[in-house]
Amino acid sequence: MSNVLKKIYIILIFIFLYAPMAVLIVLSFNASKSRSKWGGFTFKWYAKLLSDSSIMEALITTLMLALLSSIIATFIGTIAAIAITGLKKSTRTLMMGITNIPMLNAEIVTGISLMLLFIFFKIKFGFTTILLAHITFNIPYVILSVLPRIKQLNPSAYEAAMDLGASPFKAFFKVVFPDILPGVFSGMLMAFTMSIDDFIITHFTKGAGVDTLSTKIYSQVRKGIDPKMYALSSVIFITVLILLILVNLLPNAGKKAKIKK
Amino acid sequence: MKNKFVKWLSLPYALWSMAFVIIPLLMVFYFGLTDKSGKFTISNILSISLPVHFKSLLIALLLSLISTIICLLLSYPLAMILSSMNSGNNRLMILIFVLPMWMNFLLRTLAWQTLLENEGVINTILRAIHLPGLKIINTPYAIVFGMIYNFLPFMVLPIYNVLCKIDKNLLNAARDLGANEIQTFLKVTLPLSVPGIISGITMVFVPALTTFVISDLLGGSKILLIGNVIEQEFTLNSNWNLGSGLSIVLMLFIVISMIITAVFDKDGEGSAL
Amino acid sequence: MRERKQKLKNSFFKAFALLRQAPFKFIWVIKIFLDIRNFYDILDFDVFSSKSIFNSGGKEKELKKMFLFGLLATLLGLPLLGCGNAYENGEVYVYNWGEYIDPDTIEMFEKDCKIKVIYDEFETNEMMYPKVEAGAVNYDVVCPSDYMIKKMIDNDMLAEINWENIPNSKNIGAQYYETSKEFDPENKYSVPYCWGTVGILYNKTMVDEPITKWAQLWDPKYKNQILMQNSVRDAFMVALKLNGFSMNTTNIDELQIAKQSLLEQKPLVQAYVVDQVRDKMIGNEAAIGVIYSGEAIYTQRENENLEYVIPEEGTNVWIDSWVILKNAKNKENAEKFIDYMCKPEIALMNFDFITYSTPNDAARELIEDEDIRNSEIAFPDLSEYDNLETFKYLGEDGDELYNSLWKEVKSE
Repeated sequence: MSNVLKKIYIILIFIFLYAPMAVLIVLSFNASKSRSKWGGFTFKWYAKLLSDSSIMEALITTLMLALLSSIIATFIGTIAAIAITGLKKSTRTLMMGITNIPMLNAEIVTGISLMLLFIFFKIKFGFTTILLAHITFNIPYVILSVLPRIKQLNPSAYEAAMDLGASPFKAFFKVVFPDILPGVFSGMLMAFTMSIDDFIITHFTKGAGVDTLSTKIYSQVRKGIDPKMYALSSVIFITVLILLILVNLLPNAGKKAKIKK
Repeated sequence: MKNKFVKWLSLPYALWSMAFVIIPLLMVFYFGLTDKSGKFTISNILSISLPVHFKSLLIALLLSLISTIICLLLSYPLAMILSSMNSGNNRLMILIFVLPMWMNFLLRTLAWQTLLENEGVINTILRAIHLPGLKIINTPYAIVFGMIYNFLPFMVLPIYNVLCKIDKNLLNAARDLGANEIQTFLKVTLPLSVPGIISGITMVFVPALTTFVISDLLGGSKILLIGNVIEQEFTLNSNWNLGSGLSIVLMLFIVISMIITAVFDKDGEGSAL
Repeated sequence: MRERKQKLKNSFFKAFALLRQAPFKFIWVIKIFLDIRNFYDILDFDVFSSKSIFNSGGKEKELKKMFLFGLLATLLGLPLLGCGNAYENGEVYVYNWGEYIDPDTIEMFEKDCKIKVIYDEFETNEMMYPKVEAGAVNYDVVCPSDYMIKKMIDNDMLAEINWENIPNSKNIGAQYYETSKEFDPENKYSVPYCWGTVGILYNKTMVDEPITKWAQLWDPKYKNQILMQNSVRDAFMVALKLNGFSMNTTNIDELQIAKQSLLEQKPLVQAYVVDQVRDKMIGNEAAIGVIYSGEAIYTQRENENLEYVIPEEGTNVWIDSWVILKNAKNKENAEKFIDYMCKPEIALMNFDFITYSTPNDAARELIEDEDIRNSEIAFPDLSEYDNLETFKYLGEDGDELYNSLWKEVKSE
């Protein structure tokens, strides 16, 4: 396949994926509140965004939630994945079945059932309940990312390390852990992504005064989306994009410097 | 690594899933198998046979099947191109494909509305260059379009992972033995990538089956999918029994379809089961 | 002496070196998770070098880590900055529609009354109800719609209001209390907040004649130009009024006829929408739409070709009111909150922000723009119409009936 065709294909998909981003960015400068009409160029939504404490709080809540839940889920999921490989087949199938349940259920069912659970055990709704819910639906993604890597491992490396005198712990951390790290990270990335965008489960498990970006946006459905949200999305998008590009360019600069030395 | 200690590592997860997965699931079953007064009944589950519900299930199945297939057809070439690029660029590429998923789902779908509407951006451009307009908003085509857009990254990543792991020596060997490109692909690459395909299909088909926002916004809410029905039962009608009953049916459905796909994946490597 | 100095220096340097390293040793765990470059090295599945994680070489890497650590610390620390304000008079939990209050008014209330407001938003009455009923969160003040208030009264969820604690409630016109009697028969539980009508919004340039009746929404020449509300009661209201029935009927025959009308109309409908009707009408996507009066003013500002009209066959008058929950923990503060919202200046601020009609006559007097103050759309003279109704709560069976018929319409 010719290189030109390949490049064109990638560019087309790229446009397809990013067209809505472009729309959002353009709309964030729209002086009119409506998304159907161009009312002139303005920065006012960005200015208002900075002074809107509730959106900022929602942003921080969202980030903290995503970070904490993905880290904790990665921890629990990784050790679970390791354990699962050591189990006998029947228990393993059972565990894998349980892992699949949150993914099989419609989100609204998971959300309401968790809400019922918290009410039944009289747990006070708030940040904690959302965190628990997010961890619950994140763990399967971690397990499903780590498991294939573990299966690919060479068991003799671990045993060789122990033969050479390392304790099981040390052998694990120096030999096994680095090899499964790709799976762990990819699982964490998935968990983070799922957590950031979740709405339904968060809606049913949140307490008063706690909002994530998703629930804030959805609550504006009846009256119309506040353009500050467009501004916020654009800011997040551009920030992450710049971060990605920088991080990709910097190492090359470092390498060149090293070569020069 | 099969020592006794390792088994206990699964304890935290087992406890967690007991509390937060099993018990809620039991609650769903409880609601699904009782009526409002708490009496046992199968009517909630049998209600799937009502024409309204059954039709919504069929339409949802059809649309998500079509979306999954198109997603697969689009992502496979993409994954192949990405995996064949040199390692410098393809890292960045992967993250670039994941990045749109970090933008809020509702905003993205609304942005597509702005693009696809009859007076929207795309049609304005098309009209300016004297091409016929695109009339897909508020039709099932728009729903499929939205599903593909939202779930494409989920299909690309697993296939990409698997393709990267394929030993290049295998491909070289095949070519040495006289196979041309197409034969290499069909006999070597494709079979080896099946676990990734299975993973991808699972991650796309199941959410597509239960979605309701896409049909509301892009389909003009004129088409009732099973996801819409369940959502309405819970939120609008406050009929949790019926909603749970229908969810149980949906779950059974998904389990069956996953067993079918698991037949294709005997190693159980990349798939969920 | 010199050796001692030297020793001191050495130990000092050692200590300093250790201290410098300590943060990095400490955060090596965070390092793993935050080192972005390594983590997408990892994503590149065919190449992984464990050395790069565990050897920290290169200054730029350390700088990056410090920056990321600092970022994380700031992010985690920011919420702590918020605490500290003393709200002497306690707090109040408010649950309201999204975008249904001017945030400045909340700030002013907090400052004036020294009560902290914990403010939550919901999208529909039906999503609000399960959360309040289940008692998941203990709200004090909620703003439901008319029929939902009746449902909550029937289910004994509301507390009676002590009118003496809400002196500003006199600013609300008497006719709104009259209308409230449809769902709050003795005016014991609710204080009107916003009200309006449901009507037809149409684009002058896209239709041949002025639209004045629901019947025109069934005209085939407007095929694919019609927007209906994606709400069971609003949609049935239109169909029932079209056929001359009451919008609160539970008569199965009448409902079947209405359902038939909706099914006939479905091929002509462009979409069933909730708030999208505004943006679509502004963007000239559709010629005719069913819309709430509060939106009409806003849309007319954005697109001058739009006209709003109350149809001849009659329509729905709705009210959203503040209620206090029976199990509210801060009843007094709740009453203070409602009282504050009834102040004319505050009600005016909210009116400007939401553009939905205010029942607060004192606020209406303060509206500067005459066109709006006397606007037919925002403040129609209800006595001119004799076929306006407010939604009633139909009971569980009634709701079930409507919902199953609505499902049949949608699934066609």
